Amino acid sequence: MKLGTIDWAIMGLYFAFVLGIGFALRRYMKTTTDFFLSGRSIPAWVAGLAFISANLGAQEVMGMAASGAKYGIMTSHFYWIGAIPAMVFLAIFMMPFYYGSRARSVPEYLKLRFDEKTRGLNAITFALMTVLSSGISMYAMGLLLNLLLGWSFTLSVWLCALIVLLYITMGGLTSAIYNEVLQFFMIVFGFLPLVLLGLHDVGGWEGLKAGLATVSTERGFASGAFSQSWAHMGSPADNPMGVEWFGMAMGLGFVLSFGYWCTDFLTVQRAMAADSMASARRAPLIAAFPKMLFPLLVILPGMIAIVLHQRAVANGFMLPSKADGSLNYDLTMPMMLAHYFPQGMLGVGITALLASFMAGMAGNVTAFNTVFTYDIYQAYIRRDASDAHYLRVGRLATVGGIGASVAAAYLATRFNNIMDMLQLVFAFVNAPLFATFLLGMFWKRTTGHAAFTGLILGTLGAAVHHGLTLPLGSLVGIKGGWLAVVHHYPSEMAQNFWTAIWAWSTSFVATLLISLVTQPRPEAQLRGLVYSLTDRTVVAASEPWWRRPVVLAMLVLACTVLLNLVFR
Amino acid sequence: MQLDIRTPVGLFFTIVGLSLVAWGWVGDPTMYSHSLGININLWWGMVMAAFGGVLLWLARR
Repeated sequence: MKLGTIDWAIMGLYFAFVLGIGFALRRYMKTTTDFFLSGRSIPAWVAGLAFISANLGAQEVMGMAASGAKYGIMTSHFYWIGAIPAMVFLAIFMMPFYYGSRARSVPEYLKLRFDEKTRGLNAITFALMTVLSSGISMYAMGLLLNLLLGWSFTLSVWLCALIVLLYITMGGLTSAIYNEVLQFFMIVFGFLPLVLLGLHDVGGWEGLKAGLATVSTERGFASGAFSQSWAHMGSPADNPMGVEWFGMAMGLGFVLSFGYWCTDFLTVQRAMAADSMASARRAPLIAAFPKMLFPLLVILPGMIAIVLHQRAVANGFMLPSKADGSLNYDLTMPMMLAHYFPQGMLGVGITALLASFMAGMAGNVTAFNTVFTYDIYQAYIRRDASDAHYLRVGRLATVGGIGASVAAAYLATRFNNIMDMLQLVFAFVNAPLFATFLLGMFWKRTTGHAAFTGLILGTLGAAVHHGLTLPLGSLVGIKGGWLAVVHHYPSEMAQNFWTAIWAWSTSFVATLLISLVTQPRPEAQLRGLVYSLTDRTVVAASEPWWRRPVVLAMLVLACTVLLNLVFR
Repeated sequence: MQLDIRTPVGLFFTIVGLSLVAWGWVGDPTMYSHSLGININLWWGMVMAAFGGVLLWLARR
């Protein structure tokens, strides 16, 4: 990939704006509320766009394009039955408790609702996971920039870490959120022309479908397997993902998506920074509209790429192969950028990728410094210090968090398997979380002992299920079966979904049973924290109908159903 | 709000958009063999500059 002066200029300008925004916000960061919660002053649309971007790391952008090439349009399930319904649930049912309880973080909500130990468990695992995930994504970025731009691993990692460090320590969460808005538009403007050119090239949607039909039949599936999202899900053998509809709907649609979108402080923090309860509830709904169109932006390039690859003779586009002869899909997105973009637009596209790496990192860092300062430092190390003291701690935690991420990135260059293992452990820890929140928010009888034990048992449940099962064609070890192999799944994806279902069910049942035999908290302490004990007339009746969260939610769901039907 | 985010974002896209338009105007046309013969810098630069302009206008209003 050959970049010209104009490409470097665009990249340089982007870095200048990112730092400039941080610098301009520096003088507003006077209290911890400013630094960690943006003074609860962010308008709904800004919080909404940041809400999408925070999760949209480059791993997601590149991963979705890779899945698009590998599995076709079924990848859209991650959006159309995964993210969107969960975002609607968060907005309508859960935001009133997060925002209304005045908790400053998700772990702090757990402290208010349950007890200290549940908060501690969640805070510590979350802090560890965010730092390590940010390290993993930094590692991926270092490898990519090395490949695309010829920068050394060390230069890539330190440069991006330094920029993120500067703008977060200067402008706190507001800086992260503002830059996420810039990044959101950067991704849209960077990838949309790619999709338009690609579609034009393969002959529009009809041409793409025809091309995908050849790809499907070559792989032994029905001709629509790559271009129809629901039609081939009766049996795992009928579709390239190797999953059936129930595992997909329950595992991905319910457990994994709700668990991620409704409990992960990384995204929830953006909505908690909103300027009012109504804005906090609107933010995930405003985010849902662009989010449901994102498959067009990130999955379609992958689908176009596989068609180009299949017709390689005519256009010279080839996806690279791995050592074992199978296709390497990971670089689909950068390869498409290089294939279609001339100098100029290439700079925009590469900057968009870079932007998503940095925003993903910044999202992790801002969530980390908040949880560390409020839920670890203030809770267990120094309880009654001045606000200025905690603000200093927050800035230091930012430095520490980024330092630890850089260290993790270097660790990953030496022990790649350790990182795979860590990601597996994160999945085990995350899977049961939604059971705890669901019971905690909607059943006043749920007790702290039950929540704590349920979380631990759910994590164990996930680990045991993983240890007892194996995807077909995999070796015993990191892929599963390390206890004994009692069941084979048709694919790794199916195993992931079912691990999540087991973890959630274990946690749900355990929390329920233990709640029944332990002492619940008095109802007076649970007002504003539990559905049945909260005044639900909070929504201002003066609001015009089209701004009401419930109306927006209906609209979001209707559009999502429509998309599922159109591409079924 | 302390700083209207529309101002920096609008400014950024206006500058990038106009640079792309200029580059599309003077740059070597043979490079558009990549993009199916379409001068994507010129056209998409206009779209980006227009978007940036609208944001700046909204922020001013």
